[in-house]
Amino acid sequence: MAMSIHEEKKDLLGQGAYLYMNYQVDKKGFYGNFGGAYIPEMLVPNVEELRNRYLDIIQEEGFKAEMEDLLRDYVGRPTPLYLAKRLSEKYKSTIYLKREDLCHTGAHKINNTIGQILLARRLGKTRIIAETGAGQHGVATATVCALMGMECVVYMGAIDMERQKPNVERMKMLGATVRPANSGSKTLKDATNEAIRDWINNPVDTHYIIGSVVGPHPYPDLVARFQSIISEEIKDQLIDKTGSPNPDYVIACVGGGSNAAGAFYHYLNEASVNLIAVEAAGQGVYSGHSAATTFLGKPGVIHGSRTLLMQTEDGQITEPYSISAGLDYPGIGPMHANLFETGRAKFYSITDGEAFNAAMLLSRTEGIIPALESAHAVAVLENLPIKKDDVVVINLSGRGDKDMMTYITRKDEFTK
Amino acid sequence: MTSTNINNKLTQLFATKKEGLLNIYFTAGYPQLEDTRTILKALQDGGADMVEIGIPFSDPLADGPTIQESNDAALQNGITLKKIIQQLHGMRDEIHIPVLLMGYINSALQYGVEKLAADLGELGVDGMILPDLPIDEYKEKYQELFEANNLSMVFLVTPQTSTERLKYIDEASSGFIYVVSTASTTGNEAKDLDGQKEYFERIKKAKFNNPTMIGFNIKDHASYTEACKYANGAIIGSAFIKMLGNSHLLEKDIKEFVSFVKQG
Repeated sequence: MAMSIHEEKKDLLGQGAYLYMNYQVDKKGFYGNFGGAYIPEMLVPNVEELRNRYLDIIQEEGFKAEMEDLLRDYVGRPTPLYLAKRLSEKYKSTIYLKREDLCHTGAHKINNTIGQILLARRLGKTRIIAETGAGQHGVATATVCALMGMECVVYMGAIDMERQKPNVERMKMLGATVRPANSGSKTLKDATNEAIRDWINNPVDTHYIIGSVVGPHPYPDLVARFQSIISEEIKDQLIDKTGSPNPDYVIACVGGGSNAAGAFYHYLNEASVNLIAVEAAGQGVYSGHSAATTFLGKPGVIHGSRTLLMQTEDGQITEPYSISAGLDYPGIGPMHANLFETGRAKFYSITDGEAFNAAMLLSRTEGIIPALESAHAVAVLENLPIKKDDVVVINLSGRGDKDMMTYITRKDEFTK
Repeated sequence: MTSTNINNKLTQLFATKKEGLLNIYFTAGYPQLEDTRTILKALQDGGADMVEIGIPFSDPLADGPTIQESNDAALQNGITLKKIIQQLHGMRDEIHIPVLLMGYINSALQYGVEKLAADLGELGVDGMILPDLPIDEYKEKYQELFEANNLSMVFLVTPQTSTERLKYIDEASSGFIYVVSTASTTGNEAKDLDGQKEYFERIKKAKFNNPTMIGFNIKDHASYTEACKYANGAIIGSAFIKMLGNSHLLEKDIKEFVSFVKQG
């Protein structure tokens, strides 16, 4: 016998596949023990319509062609896979940066908003709502709404609006209405609540563009698919550069987890590829000011999904903290909760100071000023057992323009 | 699966009284931490037919500003689900109307659904409303448990719910069906019952196994009377919470509120 069934399957799935593990969403909308759609009845018709139609729509030839054109000519894809020579020398390995920071609007977020607005149009929706924390997803949503001439309302925590004024102005300039979320802690989770409430009140004409791999099924899968272009490109680009599509490590930061979902997507079943998810430890995992959900969270339900989340014993969702607004979320996408539970991805956490210094390092060694979120992914290089011949890919999810005020005002504190 | 397995104060009420039932929602631990029992008693004395006690949650995404604020205030006061259970201890010595708990699934999950059902059964609570609990999950994991503790489970329907799904929801429900009046979060003053006649007629003609109660944006005698034309009764939440927030004489004001809603 040339091949056992075991090996045959292995061959079909690709070298080193995890044969009996499925890291993708199942038919009921779950990733292992996580996911699902825990939503009030008012949202059921919209979420069901989306669930029933999203796969057919995004696999239509016309949809794929329109998406490809926009990603190429408008977003600027494929983004480069850049060999960071001086960084590689420092860590004595081969380090590539996936340059999502070069996408139009400055981060990977637009991969998803392009896909979702094309989907919304095919669902016959005329009005778009979104939530935003730091404003990156809000800007990416406002951008595609301007592109398509659609009404856009972005919910943003009142405190975040204060902290991220330039992004508020960008959204307004793009024609969006920015509405403050004044409930709860007035940050990202409350902006998400407000967007969900808007959808409850406007069930017919409105599509909700969620910005991360969170929310009720099918959102985590939908957003992961739109972001999966990242790992699709990495594979192609690595073949050209190294002869193999598979690196030894793929590293990405995780708040809700959309850039990590995209960077991991086509590697989930490649057992030889170490998937490294980096959470924000804030002032320290156990400092009481942290966003390291897998370290501090317990299973529960947030924003329509069963996942790991930071909460009190009574089930009240607690307010996370990170220097980077994009990682400042008390939950984590259900796909990542499953990757954590199964051990498929390894989770690390990086403090504000470590991330800050990694941003300085990348700026000085490679001439690239990263977003504070992405700096967390760079910082973890210090903690990984990297060997000399290892090929490492860091998903550089966004650029640092939006963080310049933080880089200017907090420099002395972190570089003593 | 109908309510035949369950015999509690809620099913007994609907067996004897079929019209004009008034159900009042209030948030536990609001305005003051220890007001829960006072409010419950005053509602009974004032003539409310049943009550829903809200379990405060940090992220109540189906609720409008009034109930959100009462949730935040109650949490500030130190309310927890454990504390609510303590506050309700011995309530059946003085409370004879049906009592339901309403909240979000995460509160139940963290308390432990099995323990919660047992504790509620022991207290003499009649049922729960958990709007973000999927019906499939209820049937798969919890229905037996709830029925074993004589607890009804109430599900919601909305103007967008398909006829097929209405039937499915009716089959899973025990107690009554919560008819959400408009596509809305709770207490949305921009939405009223005008233009909902067709939807209400559809509900009335649906011939459910369960009784129906219309809720969301019912706020006074006029809207209560209108809702009662199409259902067994109506549910008031935000308007009552608003009144509580402004009240200086809780018991007197609560009795007046109930009487005003019922009699006009």
